[in-house]
Amino acid sequence: MTDNKRIIEIRDLHASAGDKAILKGINLSVNAGEVHAIMGPNGSGKSTLARALTGREGTDVTQGEVLYKGEDLLDLDPEIRARAGIFLAFQYPVEIPGISNSTLLREGLNAVRHHRGESELDAIDFLQIARSKADVLEMDHEMLSRAVNDGFSGGEKKRNEILQMLVLEPHLGILDETDSGLDIDALKVVAKGVNELRAPERSFIVITHYQRLLDYIIPDFVHVLADGRIARSGGKELALELEEKGYGWLEEAPAR
Amino acid sequence: MSSTPETRESPASRNPEIEKLAEREYEWGFVTDIEQEKIPPGLDESVIKLISAKKNEPEWMLEWRLKAYAQWQKMTEPTWALVNYPPIDYQDIVYYAAPKSDDDRPKSLDEVDPELLETYEKLGIPLQERAALAGVAVDAVFDSVSVATTFKDKLADLGIIFCSFSEAVQEHPELVKKYLGTVVPRNDNFFAALNSAVFSDGSFVYVPKGVRCPMELSTYFRINAADTGQFERTLIVAEEGSYVSYLEGCTAPMRDENQLHAAVVELVALDDAEIKYSTVQNWYPGDKNGVGGIYNFVTKRGACRGANSKISWTQVETGSAITWKYPSCVLQGDNSIGEFYSVALTNNYQQADTGTKMIHIGKNTRSTIISKGISAGHGQNTYRGAVKMLKGAEGARNYSQCDSLLMGDQCGAHTFPYIDVKNPTAHLEHEASTSKIGEDQIFYLNQRGIDTENAVNMIVNGFCKEVFRELPMEFAVEAQNLLSVSLEGAVG
Repeated sequence: MTDNKRIIEIRDLHASAGDKAILKGINLSVNAGEVHAIMGPNGSGKSTLARALTGREGTDVTQGEVLYKGEDLLDLDPEIRARAGIFLAFQYPVEIPGISNSTLLREGLNAVRHHRGESELDAIDFLQIARSKADVLEMDHEMLSRAVNDGFSGGEKKRNEILQMLVLEPHLGILDETDSGLDIDALKVVAKGVNELRAPERSFIVITHYQRLLDYIIPDFVHVLADGRIARSGGKELALELEEKGYGWLEEAPAR
Repeated sequence: MSSTPETRESPASRNPEIEKLAEREYEWGFVTDIEQEKIPPGLDESVIKLISAKKNEPEWMLEWRLKAYAQWQKMTEPTWALVNYPPIDYQDIVYYAAPKSDDDRPKSLDEVDPELLETYEKLGIPLQERAALAGVAVDAVFDSVSVATTFKDKLADLGIIFCSFSEAVQEHPELVKKYLGTVVPRNDNFFAALNSAVFSDGSFVYVPKGVRCPMELSTYFRINAADTGQFERTLIVAEEGSYVSYLEGCTAPMRDENQLHAAVVELVALDDAEIKYSTVQNWYPGDKNGVGGIYNFVTKRGACRGANSKISWTQVETGSAITWKYPSCVLQGDNSIGEFYSVALTNNYQQADTGTKMIHIGKNTRSTIISKGISAGHGQNTYRGAVKMLKGAEGARNYSQCDSLLMGDQCGAHTFPYIDVKNPTAHLEHEASTSKIGEDQIFYLNQRGIDTENAVNMIVNGFCKEVFRELPMEFAVEAQNLLSVSLEGAVG
């Protein structure tokens, strides 16, 4: 595997929130085109990993390094990481009253395009893109003119995250428990959005507590996080094993 | 957030700020021989007589001023507002300065403070307008006289009068006499009385019966309007079935050496008439440490005198060290409508105590209040509003919404709604909210590629949206830019 196919390489990553050490040495490499699922019990550090990768304030990396397309990631501001193609679908999408979804999307898309040296899109071209992506997710076009997540149901918010991901076309999509709170139909729609975006040059890190999502977004690799470390890695069948056994056995089994 | 305003020492009556401004003037190269057109500081009857004489006013106008002065002398400065400032020495103020002639102005933009020009740039103000705003002699830069003349001709064809207040006193004394002081009486309050005694100039608008004014009337088109700031006096009368939209101020920072501003605005709407009055106030707010800045004590009131009349106030207040301002509506006519849409922003050490009064007198009168207060730095922002429903206000309705947005933990937001209902059929709704600009909101936008400064602007503009959409289009865009300029450095 050559380096230019490597999207992200996480080496011995330690991170803490406040005084509390949460990640205790994560090692993970994701190549272009791969989907990696990260599973694990509550409190194992799944969301902290997403925060560390996206540069959320309050999550301090205390040791280790992360290379994104061969370059140091951790020194970059959150918006630069985003423009460079890292997208996080939030576990709890934030409401921003008075700002329409389409304004957010256009600002974001133009920031990304600007970063890539592409010209900004005019309103008409943009709207065309946004509408076609909304169609993929079976979202009403009216959702584009509503204020960002304001008054959205839980399912609408999650769908809206995926809409943003489809519009921004990241190189690395991180889904943080996108399946939580979704019914099966919504889950299928969300998975459809992700699968739509799967491409040889694009990678995903799918964080989930349950195996259910992985029935629809088939991962290439599954990693089990326990107490801030990757306790086990395997193929998609590992998720099924977890579903069957739960996470309890992890604590007894020595880390591999 | 603190629950009371910070007490601070503002050297208002000391001189460094004035000195600094004086130096700046010197730097810009237009300190000239205007001394003989200035009178010494202080106020007494002779000063008022002098002001009136300089303006060549008729006897009745002088008498009106003198009566106001006599009333003012018996009044005391109000202290109920949630603002702190050192005592104002009213004998230390110069009450008359002749308008600058073109010779006293900078000859071109090259002579204007570069910092000011930079701000114009950020606000996206068209090149040719920048010169006029910076006080450059207009003829030297562009032919705005002809612009203004064309403008005036158009209005005159429709019978609309739009001129300076001084001109109205000379040319339309019967109209001025009929309406002046009928909405804001001379002795309405301390600052209104002071204004009535010494007012410098302002605008006069008269829209005849059934005429819909085809353009936004803006002070900007009135040459020399920039010199009338200190004790401005404006009177707008909309006759039966007429409509007018008036824009006051502009988003560009105005140069002004006068620390105390006390303006009075009176609006009169007769049957079926509508007046829309939009303000963007961006006077000098003082520096980052709260030194200097304008004290803005304004009395604005509209009378919906006729049935089915409507008065709508929209204000964006980002300037001044102290803002004391309550644009109000007296809803006399049956079915009349009063509206108040406000954005008030306080950053650094600015203090604003602003709101409205809606006085429902007629039947089925309706009022809407939307107030958005933004506090950053050490800013203190107070909404003070009164809704009164008198006995005869059968079926009156009010909706009030007061939202506060806090940035940082050194600022304050305060809300004082007063409600007084004398009619059992009246209906009131009041909603209030206070929120902090969230790190999670900023991060969310960061994660979509938007930098923090832009993210804050988006969040703030979203917060103000309901008010901005009431502004005329071009003004709304400028107002958005203005907020971002005013908040620069508020979130680090």
